[in-house]
Amino acid sequence: MPTKIEKDAYTGIDTTGHEWDGITELNRPLPRWWLYVLYATIIWSFGYYVAYPSIPGITGHTPGVLGWTMREQIRDDLAAARADQAQFRSAIEERSLAEIRQDPDLLNFALAGGRAAFADNCAPCHGTAALGGKGYPSLADDDWLWGGTLESIHITLLHGIRYAQNEETRQNEMPRFGVDELLTSDQIDDVVEHVLSYTGRSEDAAAAARGAEIYTEQCASCHGEQGEGNMELGAPSLRDEVWLYGGERAEITESVAYSRAGVMPAWSHRLDASTIKMLTVYVHSLGGGQ
Amino acid sequence: MAAPEAMVQVEDATSFKAGGKPSLYAARNRVYPKRVEGLYRRLKWIALVVLLGIYYIAPWLRWDRGPGIPDQAFLVDMPNERAYFLFIEIWAQEVYYLTGVLILAAVGLFLVTALGGRVWCGYACPQTVWTDLFMWVERKIEGDRNARMKLDKQSLSGGKVVKKALKHGIWLLIALLTGGAWILYFNDAPTVTREIFTGQASSKVYFFVGLFTATTYTLAGWAREQVCTYMCPWPRFQAAMFDEDTLIVTYQAWRGEPRGKHHKGQSWEERGDCVACNQCVAVCPTGIDIRDGNQLECIGCGLCIDACDTVMDKIGRPRGLIKLDTNANQLRRAKGESPRLRFLRPRTVIYTLAMAAVAAVMIWGLTTRSSMHINVLHDRAPLYVPLSDGSIRNGYTIKISNMRRDARTLTLTIDRVPGATMTVVGQERKDVTIALLDVGQDTVGTFRLFVTAPGTSVTDSAMPLVFLLMDPASGEAQHYETVFRGPEP
Repeated sequence: MPTKIEKDAYTGIDTTGHEWDGITELNRPLPRWWLYVLYATIIWSFGYYVAYPSIPGITGHTPGVLGWTMREQIRDDLAAARADQAQFRSAIEERSLAEIRQDPDLLNFALAGGRAAFADNCAPCHGTAALGGKGYPSLADDDWLWGGTLESIHITLLHGIRYAQNEETRQNEMPRFGVDELLTSDQIDDVVEHVLSYTGRSEDAAAAARGAEIYTEQCASCHGEQGEGNMELGAPSLRDEVWLYGGERAEITESVAYSRAGVMPAWSHRLDASTIKMLTVYVHSLGGGQ
Repeated sequence: MAAPEAMVQVEDATSFKAGGKPSLYAARNRVYPKRVEGLYRRLKWIALVVLLGIYYIAPWLRWDRGPGIPDQAFLVDMPNERAYFLFIEIWAQEVYYLTGVLILAAVGLFLVTALGGRVWCGYACPQTVWTDLFMWVERKIEGDRNARMKLDKQSLSGGKVVKKALKHGIWLLIALLTGGAWILYFNDAPTVTREIFTGQASSKVYFFVGLFTATTYTLAGWAREQVCTYMCPWPRFQAAMFDEDTLIVTYQAWRGEPRGKHHKGQSWEERGDCVACNQCVAVCPTGIDIRDGNQLECIGCGLCIDACDTVMDKIGRPRGLIKLDTNANQLRRAKGESPRLRFLRPRTVIYTLAMAAVAAVMIWGLTTRSSMHINVLHDRAPLYVPLSDGSIRNGYTIKISNMRRDARTLTLTIDRVPGATMTVVGQERKDVTIALLDVGQDTVGTFRLFVTAPGTSVTDSAMPLVFLLMDPASGEAQHYETVFRGPEP
């Protein structure tokens, strides 16, 4: 609290009357124009109240004479962005996939658009890093069920896999050798022993030899004479290190007995042509594209 | 050191209202500096001409750097993230050179202040230089101190309006030229000048020209000494650089007091040399009385010295009643001892050494800097991809800056992960051990790269991996240490 205003003995300047533990405050006045600058900013601030939406009421708020709203702003920004994208979108629709990959600007646009569309539509199953998981194939590795060329990926995206609503969907199913009693339990064990022998893991040469005969009869038409797989039929290679449903003895046995038939929806029902093309280019770029 | 009583400031008395209650706000006392001639005034004119000359002419100087590159000697090219200073070209990521320059400038300011007081404030500060220029215009139009004071007291008349309008018109023109010149340092000077006059320049250019015109006009025309006293932080702490051996503008109180009017023929015995003519106050651009001692408002310009010397010459007393002197010398003179200057003091030595050290680091940095840089970003998603043959693949984004003015083909090799090979996305050759990367002139090349290593050599979830970038033509080499990730062993 101000106590007594007196002249400071040393400087001869008046004090403000404030004193703390014997330390007095000198009155070194602020220039008056500084105060006027403060008033000017206060007056200026009323301009915002008038120009922009500000004072809240019971049911709404004052709209402001400029009629500006944040929602409008976003709508305009999005519309402007869409207008900017239009030329790229139409170019992507017109050009072939190979042409898109050749054009640096289109490729850049397609990769960015594909990345966004992938996160929205594909990541729930294939993962944000496209590494997949059990039953959901990795799109980043070099192993493809239905082919890893631009065209193959594009067809898979358009029509899906075993997707009933699409007539052109990729269709091929492995028989349920156990459930449907096509093979006995012992025969299944022999076939699994044979499949393990492709990756050098067979422990019973006699069983593997018996399994080889069953394999030739039952499996080779899709998985190939030597288990090399067939991308035309979506039949995976049995000789590599990538196992969609697990490569251990028990897991392979389960696959033979119960079959595996993963489903992917056809995206032509949900996404426009240019987005699907961008997704194709993006997935192809993840590292495994052929 | 002057006695404390001598430091009382007259201005402070003006903050009282009639009722005796002190006001918290001070009214502006208009300062009408009088014309003065002498050594310090000449130095100030020279500084003004030289500094304004540099400011207005520098952006027009050309410097040939070859085709496709700006030929302006001093240019900060914001859109392209380049700055050009004569033979030096700085990229955005090298802005730390600017830090070095700023440190050098700061320590240099400390050194100069420790030696000679507020030399910067009085002679080189843009606020001082432009205020000086504006005051010169004012004096040419409205006359000297007394004429100006009289004019301001007059009621509005035709003649007054013409004079004021002319003054503010010329001020605005100078301000416009100042704001315009500032823009030239950030654009190609001839091009942007043509665009400004033909209305083709960007709204950004017009905005900044307008902004700097407004600030120059306000600060140099209206605010003047208020900037130094109330806005600038430097006067507040410059006292920390002063010591008793710093040269400052001093009133030699031992010789001047007791002051008083002096009539021709009167004796100089039993009195001081100060004749209380108040010329030192009349010429002061900040409106203070130097006889009150060193004070915050004093910008150390020395115009009061010129004024006092003129008067001393006239009355036949020795010059130097007000002079550049140290506090220590003033005490010596008062005691009749001979003055001496000590330039070599711990603080000046330390400032000099600090400057030398910063300058050495900068020169070392500039002379040894490489003309290419490599930056590697390891993919975060996915960290690694297991491939069908059991090998592990990692993805990288590589950025290579080629700071030379010709396109180069650089070689990239990898080390530390046995059997690892590279595939550059978009290149025909796959799984190579030496990748060839083409980077255009004066640009940054971005490459996507896959590194694949056999499963047997990936022994840890995070192995060190070194990229080695080489220019086979010049032998320059840069390396970047990153990581190669795989499954937990």
